[in-house]
Amino acid sequence: MYTKDGKDYFVVDGHTHFWDASPANWVAGQEQYAKGWIECFHAYQHLGPPETHWPLDKFQRYGEETMVRDLFEEGYVDKAILQSTYLREWYRNGFNTVDGNGSMVERYPDRFIVNGRFDPRDGDEGLATLERDAKRWNLKGVKLYTAEWRRGSRGWTLKDPEAHRYLERCEQLGIVNIHVHKGPTIWPLDKDAFDVSDVDHAATDFPGLNFIVEHVGLPRIEDFCFMATQEPNVYAGLSVVVGGLLHARPRFFAKVMGELLFWVGEDKMLFGSDYAIWEPKWQIERLMSWDYPDDGEFADYPRLGEAGRRKILGLNAARLYGIEVPSGTGLEAGQPSLVGE
Amino acid sequence: MSADPTADPVERRAWEALGQVMDPELDEAITDLGFVHRWQWESGAVSVHLRLPTFFCAPNFAWLMVTDARDALMSVEGVDSVEVSLDDYFASDEINTGVAASVGFDSCFAGEVDGDLDELRATFRAKAYVAALERTCRDLRRRGVSLPALGEVRLGDLPAGPDTDRLTRRRGDLGLPAGPDDLLLVDASGAAIAVPELLGWLRRAQTVRVNMEGNGELCRGLLHTRYRLADLAGAGVSG
Repeated sequence: MYTKDGKDYFVVDGHTHFWDASPANWVAGQEQYAKGWIECFHAYQHLGPPETHWPLDKFQRYGEETMVRDLFEEGYVDKAILQSTYLREWYRNGFNTVDGNGSMVERYPDRFIVNGRFDPRDGDEGLATLERDAKRWNLKGVKLYTAEWRRGSRGWTLKDPEAHRYLERCEQLGIVNIHVHKGPTIWPLDKDAFDVSDVDHAATDFPGLNFIVEHVGLPRIEDFCFMATQEPNVYAGLSVVVGGLLHARPRFFAKVMGELLFWVGEDKMLFGSDYAIWEPKWQIERLMSWDYPDDGEFADYPRLGEAGRRKILGLNAARLYGIEVPSGTGLEAGQPSLVGE
Repeated sequence: MSADPTADPVERRAWEALGQVMDPELDEAITDLGFVHRWQWESGAVSVHLRLPTFFCAPNFAWLMVTDARDALMSVEGVDSVEVSLDDYFASDEINTGVAASVGFDSCFAGEVDGDLDELRATFRAKAYVAALERTCRDLRRRGVSLPALGEVRLGDLPAGPDTDRLTRRRGDLGLPAGPDDLLLVDASGAAIAVPELLGWLRRAQTVRVNMEGNGELCRGLLHTRYRLADLAGAGVSG
């Protein structure tokens, strides 16, 4: 819970990771990719305030106690959604798996929600695994990582017919929240690998599913925004936007927020810290006190009021995941949103 | 490594040629972005090392920058040999070998690629033009030019400066008319933008520009954190 001016704000961190990227978990012969991957993330962390930077060895493997403290004791988070990313080509036991994340839910059932994953290249076997995971962990969401390397293939797209079979099964299993991540990505090599048009197709074909585009399609915010205005079931996941830009590039952060509030709107934006790349504490504090620079360049963007902050910080995710919101932290607690004035 | 502007005039021209090579995704010069980190010149033989903000930057754009740099340097009179290589990158070996052997992107990543990169380049040239046109229109409106009056503006009416130079170059890249008598309000396909549609067009173009400028900032930030550079922006030609 975050408290400001005597008012409580319910916080759902929509994008967190419990990973092991330590050298002991690197696949023999693939060390350069396992190392390159986690060092790439570690460089991202340095876009946050200096006092929040970690040494690389801690960043590779931080453990349960650290995570629980950073999120729930110091970081104001009420509920955290654990996203699963396998990368088994590079990490022996996976980067962070459904079962590893699920064990956190078993130990902290009131705090964590685990999301599953699928890879349509796994065929029928993968469908069976998805079904097993859905029942075991009561999945309400999956995180899709279209850039994952697998047996010589460097990725996949939601337009693939196989992906449709999986999305159909998600709908049957009650997995309604589809988080889609695209970067850092390299595939397809000869096209724009960050292209979000496959999400557009899937969102049209599956109106009963919600598609949360993580990192708002960075570095293709404009393509994402134009697509999201066309699709009522497409949402903006703010992970990386807050962590990567608010401290390091405040003017660009303000422009991105302005563009998102204009095209997508405060009802469809979800906070995510992308822990452990960045800790939630400073992100939430800075987001709660954030406003546009006092400059004519920002004059035309929609404002973000108290209601908008409540929605982005927790209420929108609570709606998608069916999370009960404590009394006194809903919209009735706040003033009408300033958006649209 | 820096190019000394008082040195060999051929070296200076070579450095200036390299300064015309853009990151196609960001529409900024690779020399301004800090991507050139080693420059060695010895009487007509130039060796350039590039580096990128992350280990996993997109290989298609990386390929375009490396080959564009090679082509730009080769085109300078007095330059006899050119070596361009990309460091600290997941596909450094593939790209450096491919470029040295002058093969195409499709041969370099055989089996993973359907075609060449023309479509990708065209997409980002169009975005770069849209962003440049919006920037120019924004500037003109700030100077008090009304929306209907924008419809009358010709390229020759624009104030001299880097934004106008860039806009004109982007028009040329797309094969659009770029003479002083040509109208300003033309979209990336060459069609006129009618004044009643202009406000909506500009609002979308603003998002394209914000994204492109912002990616440039993000890439600078990542390059900075990756290599702990004190001040890329102020470093000029020194990398």
